[in-house]
Amino acid sequence: MALLSLDNVSVTIGRLHPLDGISFDLDRKEILGIVGESGSGKSLTALSVMGLLPLIGGKVTKGAIVFDGIDLVSLPETDYRRLRGKRIALISQNPMTSLDPIIRIGAQIDQVSQLHLGLSAVAAQARSIELMQQLRIPDAATIHGNYPHQLSGGMKQRMVIAMALAADPDLIIADEPTTALDVTIQAQIIQIMVDLVRERGLALMLITHDMGVVAQACDRVVVLYAGRVAEQAGVADIFATPKHPYTRELIRCIPRHGQAPGSLKGIPGTVPSVMDYPSGCRFHPRCAHAQAICGTEVPLLEQKTSGRAACHLTEVLAHG
Amino acid sequence: MVDPAGDNIATVRHLTRVFTSRRGMFGPKRTMRAVNDVSLDVPRGKVTGVVGESGCGKSTLARLVLRLIEASAGKVLFEGVDLGTLPAADLRKLRRRMQMVFQDPYSSIDPRYTIRRALLEPYQVQGVTIDAAAARLRIDELIAMVGLSPRMADSYPHQLSGGQRQRVGIARALALNPSLLVLDEPTASLDVSIQAQIIGLLEALKNDLGLTYLFISHDLSLIRYFCDRTVVMYLGRIVEVLPTSRTEPRHHYSRALMDSNFEPDPNRRKVVNRLAGEIASPFDLPPGCAFAARCPAATELCRRERPVLAQHGLGHQIACHHPIG
Repeated sequence: MALLSLDNVSVTIGRLHPLDGISFDLDRKEILGIVGESGSGKSLTALSVMGLLPLIGGKVTKGAIVFDGIDLVSLPETDYRRLRGKRIALISQNPMTSLDPIIRIGAQIDQVSQLHLGLSAVAAQARSIELMQQLRIPDAATIHGNYPHQLSGGMKQRMVIAMALAADPDLIIADEPTTALDVTIQAQIIQIMVDLVRERGLALMLITHDMGVVAQACDRVVVLYAGRVAEQAGVADIFATPKHPYTRELIRCIPRHGQAPGSLKGIPGTVPSVMDYPSGCRFHPRCAHAQAICGTEVPLLEQKTSGRAACHLTEVLAHG
Repeated sequence: MVDPAGDNIATVRHLTRVFTSRRGMFGPKRTMRAVNDVSLDVPRGKVTGVVGESGCGKSTLARLVLRLIEASAGKVLFEGVDLGTLPAADLRKLRRRMQMVFQDPYSSIDPRYTIRRALLEPYQVQGVTIDAAAARLRIDELIAMVGLSPRMADSYPHQLSGGQRQRVGIARALALNPSLLVLDEPTASLDVSIQAQIIGLLEALKNDLGLTYLFISHDLSLIRYFCDRTVVMYLGRIVEVLPTSRTEPRHHYSRALMDSNFEPDPNRRKVVNRLAGEIASPFDLPPGCAFAARCPAATELCRRERPVLAQHGLGHQIACHHPIG
């Protein structure tokens, strides 16, 4: 059985319905990419799993989220607290939102293993320094005593990763963990996260807008568009034979090495807002292949030859 | 020294900008050379890209080229005219010919102005007299040129999406028929599907209007796609100039940038282990090559002596004691 399983999950915030029927599984030792543009529901998916929707006035109104046999949708907050940080850890885009600016960085990492693993202060510090060394932080013992503002952005993000790992979680959710970083630092951090997941047999949900990061790091991919799953498949299939027109167009939006000038097109129109989702397939106003049915009927996420796609026209497109 | 009708629309020579700051209220004054002895030609009708990571000086360079901030040393010639010595009135007039597109157009458009009003502003700022009917026509034309629908003329900035706002930013820059556009990360805050649209628009405008671009970005794959020449900067200096988009980089930093850039292709995964360490502080730079501390090929010479930017083949300039290959 999968470690984490979302089945037809819908989320409501007030009168808005930002997530509609999200389904996917994530196994141990697996890196699952959740990819999409702004407003696609990537971060809300993370919040749903973390049980943090109430913070923004949202709730799961339909479907099931099951983590290692535990039904998360009906889980009381007190039990959730034993799960968060301990078995499911979150790495957010901006490390400063996860770090307290007036507490020494090492102490913040120590706290996690003291709280969740019951380690003594001395044992926790030893564990933190060892973790920092695994994250290739030079002179870890000194940095352990530094404050967050004394560190660069890349170094701070490594500290957040160390915090996430401190309680030995089963699942890490990383929400755009490298978007705020320079490219050479991004490459290092992605490499470190991939290595750790492989070594420790963790499950990683990697949320990103960057198809390059997906291609580099992920085993399987879920493509979100306007609050729904457009397609999901193994990483090789997603890039070689994308089934959904949106996936296909999204991959074409990234310039490749040696691409001819004038050949980059983009997708016409704009990413729809949650206030104003189109009827039928939410991609149909921007889709070059849209037909009458696309504007009226919601396509179901169906099993295709490889992976699943929510498109009325995949069979037509595959042969055309 | 430069023929006004020559091949280069702008020429930058030994351009330097020093910023000073203090550590604490009473601490010692520290200086930082955000742009350090940069010389660069911007060939007419081409796209010159400037790429580098945060703190490399690329945005400062963009502002120096338009004299939006003053240089500490060196000069910028625009069509042969030295901008540094130009009186304010003449500089303002010349600004019609060189315009900037910013990363976040929302911060450069008055939120209380309609798009039509915002597009009229360049004419007012420049004191160009234009009667109401002609203005109306011209603004309709600008709106069409950047692919916005005519009904958006009466919208306010907050009613537009990020991509639409950037189109307004481009229309404003084009209002007075410039010949040079300096584009500072114009797509960095946009979704990829919109970024590709905007790049497509910029390509079309360049061809239709015969524009020259100086394109600043942190995204090497975008630069390599869009630009004819690529200038790679590191900590205030040019480390390499790649004359074509197909030139293989030979500076170890440019190479590392390439290797850090993930391609959308799982069959071409990169092995990331080239770069140790992080970007040094722009204060107190070492005497030798600023990249030496992170460079896999650094020697004693690199730490002692700064390599000069030298010609290696046609138009290919490298500042490295031990270039690749």
